[in-house]
Amino acid sequence: MKPERKFWQSALFWNVAPILAALLFTTLLMLAVGAPPLRAFVEILQGAFESPQKWADVAMAWTPLALIGAGMSLTFAAGLWNIGAEGQMILGAICATWVARNVTLPQPVLLGLIVLAGLAGGALWGLLTGSLKVYARVHEIFAGLGLNFIATALIIWLIFNPWKPERGATMSGTVPFPEAAWVPRLGNTRLAPLSVVLALIAVLAAYFLLKGTRFGLELRAMGKNLRAAFLQGIPTQRHTLVAFAICGALAGLAGALQATAVYHRLIPRISGGLGYTGMLVVILANYRPELIPAVAIFFAAIGVGSPRLELNLQLDASLGGVIEGTVVLFVLLGAGLRKRLGGARPPSTSEGS
Amino acid sequence: MDPFIISTLASIVANAAPIIYASIGETLTEKAGVINLSLDGTILLTAMASFAVAYNTGSVLLGFLCAALIGALIAGIVALASIELEQEQVAVGFVLTLLAADLSSFLGNPYVNLAGPYLQQQPFPLLNRLPIVGDIFFNHNLAIYGSFAVILAAWWWMAKTQPGLRMRGVGERPESAFARGVNVFGVRYAYTLLGGALVGIGGATYSLVVKLGWSHNHTTGNGWIALAIVIFGGWDPWKVAGGAYLFGALRALGSALQRNPAFVNVPTQIFATAPFALMILFLALTSSGLTDRFLELFSPGTQRRLERLIRGRGPAALGKPFQRD
Repeated sequence: MKPERKFWQSALFWNVAPILAALLFTTLLMLAVGAPPLRAFVEILQGAFESPQKWADVAMAWTPLALIGAGMSLTFAAGLWNIGAEGQMILGAICATWVARNVTLPQPVLLGLIVLAGLAGGALWGLLTGSLKVYARVHEIFAGLGLNFIATALIIWLIFNPWKPERGATMSGTVPFPEAAWVPRLGNTRLAPLSVVLALIAVLAAYFLLKGTRFGLELRAMGKNLRAAFLQGIPTQRHTLVAFAICGALAGLAGALQATAVYHRLIPRISGGLGYTGMLVVILANYRPELIPAVAIFFAAIGVGSPRLELNLQLDASLGGVIEGTVVLFVLLGAGLRKRLGGARPPSTSEGS
Repeated sequence: MDPFIISTLASIVANAAPIIYASIGETLTEKAGVINLSLDGTILLTAMASFAVAYNTGSVLLGFLCAALIGALIAGIVALASIELEQEQVAVGFVLTLLAADLSSFLGNPYVNLAGPYLQQQPFPLLNRLPIVGDIFFNHNLAIYGSFAVILAAWWWMAKTQPGLRMRGVGERPESAFARGVNVFGVRYAYTLLGGALVGIGGATYSLVVKLGWSHNHTTGNGWIALAIVIFGGWDPWKVAGGAYLFGALRALGSALQRNPAFVNVPTQIFATAPFALMILFLALTSSGLTDRFLELFSPGTQRRLERLIRGRGPAALGKPFQRD
């Protein structure tokens, strides 16, 4: 006879409990510093959803996360840690800026060229990370980080030297691009529909690549067991390079769109930590591309809503990041706990003395 | 010797101390087979917490203790998640990096740019009177002398003692260590917690010794450098320390060049980021095939010695979960 499942063994419990635990943790944290937890959560939600403008802002913030998440679903599938998405975004934004400043063409053609430039710049930076791993045996985490530092230095040098405004360079970036290089916006919102469409295409393409092609199957085989995949005749080095190039290209596109659709100029913090947040998105989506769009909405909403904490409650906006990080951590721990309590392993006995 | 050179060298020794605590701590953790990737966030959070505690209690010692505890706590989450819950160490460590960094910004907000207590100068008796060496190494404070002691102790423990040998066994071949009756999980917990505590002391060494006080993202990047230095140093305490001093030298060089009038047009951020990029480049070069070609130029004996000098092999079971059955 099938034993009756208790509530705490149900899937619903394990999906909801970690999130509640994370909210409880952040509530206690706020109480500890004397902040009003309920008002803080309400402020974040209002800041994200109180008006159509805010909804549009959430969609705007969703775009780069979905693009980066789509790319990282490929690298993660192959067991690769592309921590260099920040640098890849920056390179995409730099290449797009070069086009926007130097090329005069009808708007549709120019925007097409900007998209291509973003893809190319990011792909180049991604390929560099992949090459360092494949040819120089540098772990991709350190190769990616090193290239992030170099990209940061490069963008600051560009903004402070060749591309500095006539009135002098500041951390607020270059002068605005010519209007032909602005990605058109929806009404009086800050949302560029083209960006959202591109991000949706990227997520669909990543899903199709992973689930419906031989390349995707082989990437997943590499992620399960690299050595076995290599012995099976899968060209693991080439696949590593291709995965990094695709992921870099999508991050580069995200950077290009941040410059041409959101800020209309190149700013030093164009990547703004989105490369790292994108990794959290994919981890929380349990590395499944089909879940990335929904998970990215959660992160985008917190990103748009949390600056209100500073305005209305004098709390640091990093509380948004604390909530995000706590949710991801508790979901990871919850998944492990569920596996452990699921009875897959015999109850532990005392180990060797 | 020129007093300017001596003072520069002394500042390199001091500025390397936090990185030494963190990278030696991580070396111990990784030697036992666990990767604690959370260093960058842990250093930020412990730097903030130790300053806040010292500011509120007036006790620098309490600040250091609190930092060690928080460092061990974060490392404990990594150990728990990887040993008990069989989650991926790198993923958990990465999430903790971001979470601890954001926590440091959120909780540290009231402490930004405050002047607070710090560890007082304390010349090392007798040794500080040595010519040159005394000025470079022994005219600092307890935290800096502690960084020397940590290098020495880690080397002695790993190379010369029975428990150190067991710990290396657990990192290399946990199955055989287990068969010989070693408590694999216990050893991994112990060194992950110890390593985390040292990382925390490193964080406190920033805010209470070498980069006083607290500001947002006070130490960002240094944790990643400490992680890179563990690989660069081939998991050997002496070479790891060498890596930390090399990084300190690069930063000192950066700030010296920045003051040079010839570079007045270069934005200061370039000098701040260049040492990080260079450090990674070193890592790349020492592990690349180019180094193999270079080594082939020497006689086999020299080749072996040089190879040992610049390259180290990681523990074989690093980052791999161990299953008892």
